[in-house]
Amino acid sequence: MGSYYINRTFFFDVHPPLGKMLIGLAGYLSGYDGTFPFQKPGDRYEQHNYMGMRGFCAFLGSCLVPFAYLTVLELSKSLPAALLTAFILIFDTGCITLSQYILLDPILMFFLMGAVLSMVKCNSCADRPFSASWWLWLSLTGVNLAGAMGVKFVGLFVVLLVGLNTIYDLWDLLGNLSLSLVMFGKHFLARVLCLILLPLTLYVAMFAVHFAVLNKSGPGDGFFSSAFQSQLIGNNLHNVSIPEHLAYGSVVTMKNLRMAGGYLHSHWHLYPEGVGARQQQVTAYLHKDLNNLWIIKKHDSDIDLLDSSSPVEFVRHGDIIRLEHKETSRNLHSHQHEAPLTRKHFQVTGYGINGTGDSNDFWRIEVVGRRAGKLIKVLRSKIRLTHVATGCILGSSGKTLPKWGWEQVEVTCTPYVKETPNSLWNFEDHINPKLPNISLDVLKPSFVEILLESHMVMIRGNSGLKPKDNEVTSKPWHWPINYQGLRFSGVNETDYRVYLLGNPVVWWLNLFTIGLYLLIAISTAVVLKRGVQLTSEHKELSRVVLCGGGQVALGWLLHYLPFFMMGRVLYFHHYFPAMLFSSMLTGITWDTLLKFFSQFLSPSTTARRVYGGGILTLILLITYSFYLFHPLSYGMIGPMASDPSSPMAGLRWMDSWEF
Amino acid sequence: MLGFLKKPVVVTAEINLSLVALTVVGLMSRLWGLSYPRAVVFDEVYYGQFVSLYMKRIFFVDDSGPPLGHMLLALGGYLGGFDGNFLWNRIGAEYSTNVPVCSLRFLPALAGALCIPLAYQILVELQFSHCAALGAALLILLENSLITQSRFMLLESILIFFILLAVLSYLKFYNLQRHRVKYMGLFTYMLLLVIAGLHFWHMLGDQNLSNVSLVCHFLARGLTLLIIPVATYLSFFYVHLTLLYRSGPHDQIMTSAFQASLEGGLARITQGQPLEVAYGSQITLRNVLGKPMQCWLHSHTNTYPIRYENGRGSSHQQQVTCYPFKDVNNWWIVKDPGMQQLVVSNPPRPVRHGHIVQLVHGITTRYLNTHDVAAPLSPHSQEVSCYIDYNISMPAQNLWRVEIVNRESDTDVWKTILSEVRFVHVNTSAVLKLSGASLPEWGYRQLEVVGEKLSKGYHQSMVWNVEEHRYGKSQEQKEREVELHSPTRMDISKNLSFMAKFTELQWKILTLKNEDTEHKYSSSALDWITMDTNIAYWLHPTSGAQIHLLGNVCTWASANVAAVVYTCLSLWYLIRRRRKIYDIPEDAWQLWVSAGQICVGGWVVNYLPFFLMEKTLFLYHYLPALTFQILLIPIVLQHLSDHLCRSLLSKSMFSALTVAWFSSVCFAYRTFSPVTYGEPLSVAELKDLRWKDSWNILIRKQGH
Repeated sequence: MGSYYINRTFFFDVHPPLGKMLIGLAGYLSGYDGTFPFQKPGDRYEQHNYMGMRGFCAFLGSCLVPFAYLTVLELSKSLPAALLTAFILIFDTGCITLSQYILLDPILMFFLMGAVLSMVKCNSCADRPFSASWWLWLSLTGVNLAGAMGVKFVGLFVVLLVGLNTIYDLWDLLGNLSLSLVMFGKHFLARVLCLILLPLTLYVAMFAVHFAVLNKSGPGDGFFSSAFQSQLIGNNLHNVSIPEHLAYGSVVTMKNLRMAGGYLHSHWHLYPEGVGARQQQVTAYLHKDLNNLWIIKKHDSDIDLLDSSSPVEFVRHGDIIRLEHKETSRNLHSHQHEAPLTRKHFQVTGYGINGTGDSNDFWRIEVVGRRAGKLIKVLRSKIRLTHVATGCILGSSGKTLPKWGWEQVEVTCTPYVKETPNSLWNFEDHINPKLPNISLDVLKPSFVEILLESHMVMIRGNSGLKPKDNEVTSKPWHWPINYQGLRFSGVNETDYRVYLLGNPVVWWLNLFTIGLYLLIAISTAVVLKRGVQLTSEHKELSRVVLCGGGQVALGWLLHYLPFFMMGRVLYFHHYFPAMLFSSMLTGITWDTLLKFFSQFLSPSTTARRVYGGGILTLILLITYSFYLFHPLSYGMIGPMASDPSSPMAGLRWMDSWEF
Repeated sequence: MLGFLKKPVVVTAEINLSLVALTVVGLMSRLWGLSYPRAVVFDEVYYGQFVSLYMKRIFFVDDSGPPLGHMLLALGGYLGGFDGNFLWNRIGAEYSTNVPVCSLRFLPALAGALCIPLAYQILVELQFSHCAALGAALLILLENSLITQSRFMLLESILIFFILLAVLSYLKFYNLQRHRVKYMGLFTYMLLLVIAGLHFWHMLGDQNLSNVSLVCHFLARGLTLLIIPVATYLSFFYVHLTLLYRSGPHDQIMTSAFQASLEGGLARITQGQPLEVAYGSQITLRNVLGKPMQCWLHSHTNTYPIRYENGRGSSHQQQVTCYPFKDVNNWWIVKDPGMQQLVVSNPPRPVRHGHIVQLVHGITTRYLNTHDVAAPLSPHSQEVSCYIDYNISMPAQNLWRVEIVNRESDTDVWKTILSEVRFVHVNTSAVLKLSGASLPEWGYRQLEVVGEKLSKGYHQSMVWNVEEHRYGKSQEQKEREVELHSPTRMDISKNLSFMAKFTELQWKILTLKNEDTEHKYSSSALDWITMDTNIAYWLHPTSGAQIHLLGNVCTWASANVAAVVYTCLSLWYLIRRRRKIYDIPEDAWQLWVSAGQICVGGWVVNYLPFFLMEKTLFLYHYLPALTFQILLIPIVLQHLSDHLCRSLLSKSMFSALTVAWFSSVCFAYRTFSPVTYGEPLSVAELKDLRWKDSWNILIRKQGH
């Protein structure tokens, strides 16, 4: 993806641009020239200079360890807890694998942990507000939030975490009667400034850079509206000069007005048997193509309108027209057969030979919000095409057709006369040699419009990634139990294979700890609520469990539960942000638990020995398990683990692992 | 001993006359002219089918919710002597004389009417004045949409009734009995659980209570709030499954085991099959997924085309597909690779988990095979074929390992219907899978079957079960063909336990997706607040009489205002209290909070989940939420008059305004009552009713 920035061609991706911009920057600085195609996993890099980009990601990925260490240290004030967390992250095979390659996840996790660390640091500065360090950490929180949001939308969850923390914080300040309302107002404004305005500005600025850098036409054009495309150098709409008013005989393309709507398209393929009438397919296609061209003709005469002798006749609002597909000479046609996917709509087909069809080829052309008899403007008029015979309206349902339709988008004729962008179109290209070309600069959309549109397209793209019925997909409940990994490269025995799988010892420890933490937290809360008198050490421990652990546990919940409600395709690596929180929780919980039990032992030396021994055992266990599983992330060659002769065979503890 | 005789027997009856009056008026408003129109109205067409199926005892699955609502409707039909013989095919169709319209519609109407006294009681229990309670009841009484919805054979009014009843019961702290009609009830249940949890948490802080009594409290709540509802819920399903024992139109989405437990249908065929699959068994294999449709592993003499349309090549061997219809080509024979014979030995040698078998296609006697050739439509998977030896150094790879997915031990025997089996290819460890794509012309549009190499975990498309089964007896191919054509016969019956049936049915209800995502009157959740859309329920074929689901505009607007006022006031109070400024007395504050928990909470949990749902939404889905919102109006009004109007003058001004506002509610009710009750209207009157452009009032064109 970074290549696009270096070549400055426009592209479309479902994630916000920061991560890819940073990769692009790293590549640019390390001398990568943006020529490698990045087509499929397993391609060799050959002479291309990719180490800079990988190194950048790996560096950010390794920053996670000190970040987590500092966060836990701040939350628990306990060095062993922090060490335990750090070792968990250092020796987790999953984290290593994920940060070794050119991926967005290490960048996302870097910003995410950065935000959490700054938030925690800022909280610990709460006793001296408005000091330099307080301002520093508060604004760093804001910067990191913007970064996390800018890499993937998953960053939204950490924004939520920080937001909740801030609301709690403010509520606390509000209850502090020694604080005047003016002071409270200052606190409030400081947070608005650093946590809302600052990130928002950065986020918008990032998009500004994104659009400024990508000013050339590229493969992502078709996803955007005509107005958007006119901004891109090399796009045929850039600095266009086309005839302004639509006339009979013009060759046009029609674009659906829904976000990421396609061009009206047809091709030499029939609808398969059993799907309506066996006539030529009409679809919506996102890319520019010769098959998107249509000729506007009068419904009652078939004379060649491009004949130079005949006068130019403009199309007017309310006219009845016929649309002929330029390549195949079939008419846009609809009839009362059900559409292939949306059963309640009518099928739209290409019908007739060389332009002669029947009365079902007639469409009334209407401009939204215009009176009869007015001319129709290219690009700017919103068009509705009403089928004369059945009264239905031409629209695109947004559903993807199966293989027979080349996975293009379904076009239907909807009998429900509701005004939605689905059933509105505009004319984009317009070719008519008899009309004078007029330059159209009026289209220039404002920056806010571009920003909104690109977000709409991204959100739609995200929700469009739906799993199909018969596909095996990763389910959120698979993740914490490390049920199944993700194959990064290499399938066969002779390949160099990398398999993304968490260190099972670490992950199962994390999973167990979550249950343990719940138990500890509930019993602590009940004990406190019952007003049992505690010693000062126990009070400190309960504070760590409820406040420190609570924040981390909330982070885990916020980064994990929302995935259960998502309809899109999910992957194993989506769990890694949550896994970071869960590792910190492990550090805090075990440290507290060991401290609590060792306090019962009488001589303080034994107590300290038990406590230290416990932490050390855990660390050694993790280190040893890493020694066992390290080939997962550093790559392995040889027979698959399902083969008993493989050195990894003994480590295949679950049948679902495939390394 | 006879002490009780010495005391006089006294019955003290305290009758709240306004409550009685409200109930009577409510009953009148809901029951009046119940059998009009004598035609199918809107969703009656949908629920009516289920009532008919109940009457005929035919099994069905409905994804809209658990069966209690349907059963109650059916009870009405049963009491009215309905025989289930009516074709529910079209909205507006006239009922024939055998349909007891009145009794079918009676229960929803009764439930709708009883909501009025319930609303009254709830406000009284929330410690508000009788005046406010009366107001709430009247608002519910005069809400056109609630009236329309309760007067027909629909479920919403029953749902609202049970929701209100549950809230009231909890308030009265009786043993809470949860009922569920639709899954919306679940959200209210959650709300109650949270409120009960909060109450208990406060109780924990009470130092006067001993630990033991706390544990008792906790257990009692757990029992009433968790166990009783679950038990009730299960019992509804039990009744449902007991009543419906015949097979019907929805059979095919259930597993073979479930189908076999229904009378008729599959059970007729499978009755008396041998249970254990043995070497030499003749079987049909059904894919467990059942999507896009149920189908059986199939093969026929046609081969894969040498080249596909896109230029890729195939093995040109015999096609293996999944075929959605019963056919003699669906029969396969389980063969032991080590032996030649295709009959079951005596005694039969059962196939167990982990055994390696060959599957022989019954009619063509070719072996099920897969190899490293790309499948026709899913090029990442292996092609599955029946092996033909072309002498081109492509050896047969026809050994499959049987893996029973739902095994209890590793030596389990492969059982008919009950066992879910994966076939793992021995050479390539690919798994036999239904890809879901349907083959082009050359494959007769049957479904593609592939060998999945990346067999990631468990997916139903890779799991098969034996449906029809018999022990093969004939060694000769000719005899075997005759045998394959003959129907199976033998006698062993298999019955699933209730819990197994329940889990399956429950799972299917939750995962079943209706395809139709668009409807003329569907609306989005955001439209509901402002009532931008209505639903035309029924239109008289000749006169202009029509029935619409259309709310009382005045009530909807004021309910929204009440919610906003409540939220703003609460925030204001909360922030002021945080600064230790107390505007209202503590008990008034407690009252305000508890009322809000119920009403605003009820509104939120019954409304917000719709934003996450992907199914088709209608205006009537909003009615439960609306009911809670309406209850909030008198609460806010009373609070305003009690605490914010300090002088006598402002108090009387406020009362006058309230009266004026209430008369406007009555006016709106009067105005829209013709479309609520379906009275005939002229075109001009109809046009006058169209207050919003987005409303769809049906106006018949003149001269037709």
